[in-house]
Amino acid sequence: MNIWTIMIIGGLLTFATRLSFIFLLDRIKLPDWFRRGLRFVPVAVLSAIILPDLTSPTGTLFLNWRNPQLLAGIVAILVAWKTKNVILTILAGIATLVVFQVMLGI
Amino acid sequence: MIAKIRNQEFWSGVRDEAPILLGVVPFGLLFGALAISAHLSSLAAQAMSSIIFAGSAQFIAAQLVGTGTSGLVILMVVFVVNLRHALYSASVAPHIRPLGTGWKLLLSYLLTDEAYAVTITHYNREGDSPYRHWYFLGAGLTLWSAWQASTAVGIFIGAQIPANWPLSFVLPLTFIALVVPALKDRAGVAAALVAGLVGLLAANFPYKTGLLAAALIGIVTGLLVEGRQK
Repeated sequence: MNIWTIMIIGGLLTFATRLSFIFLLDRIKLPDWFRRGLRFVPVAVLSAIILPDLTSPTGTLFLNWRNPQLLAGIVAILVAWKTKNVILTILAGIATLVVFQVMLGI
Repeated sequence: MIAKIRNQEFWSGVRDEAPILLGVVPFGLLFGALAISAHLSSLAAQAMSSIIFAGSAQFIAAQLVGTGTSGLVILMVVFVVNLRHALYSASVAPHIRPLGTGWKLLLSYLLTDEAYAVTITHYNREGDSPYRHWYFLGAGLTLWSAWQASTAVGIFIGAQIPANWPLSFVLPLTFIALVVPALKDRAGVAAALVAGLVGLLAANFPYKTGLLAAALIGIVTGLLVEGRQK
């Protein structure tokens, strides 16, 4: 699928979601588990993207202290937890990545 | 008289939305720059900000396009990530019920997290001005303009950044910065850990379908843990 097809269908899906109840009014009631489940969506999707990015930066599992992405990710998680600051988290992660890449001669 | 009230509503929407832009503009800049580093064209990056117009879904889509994920999986992820907008839709629906179809279409397009937060607060205040949709429009358009402009600046900056800078690693770092502060209870942590672990184990599923499986299992885990705590 080309990027434009993805964008247009993705845009229509998003628009349809936003329009859904405005258009249907109260004809459909959302089940309770659905409402509660939505809270976990971003956390679950993003974690499922993050972890493989850190542990398998080249596509194969690399659980090792010689993996700079993994170390930088751990530092970023700690910084995000302590500061809740997006910019600081990114800067700390990038700095750690660069330092370890240089130290490991990558 | 009516024109004056409309104006007042519109501009108080603009004014109330303005402080939120401080949190939005950095993400717009970041999205523009990262989309370029994920090899999207400038036009495609800018178009994504106006066609999809939903921050987190855009970041995820750009990341997945860059890693060659199948289109169908990207669309399903975008759909699931944006499902929360159905809640916003249900919540504003009674307030804009009397409006015509044109208004409903326009306001639906502008129904983002940030516009919703400000607008629903305004609707829930006392008073029953029949022109409060102008407030919604003011808030929504303010956010829209800031998002388009910051994306454009981000695209420009992204094009100046040397290709050997580790910019692609900024995406997982951005996701970390979004997820970690959102983990406020045991259920959230369980959802994140299980989703991450399944995502890792299922990383080699064809077309990245493992991502969908991981997200679903994570969400169900969150619900189960939450149910237990009660």
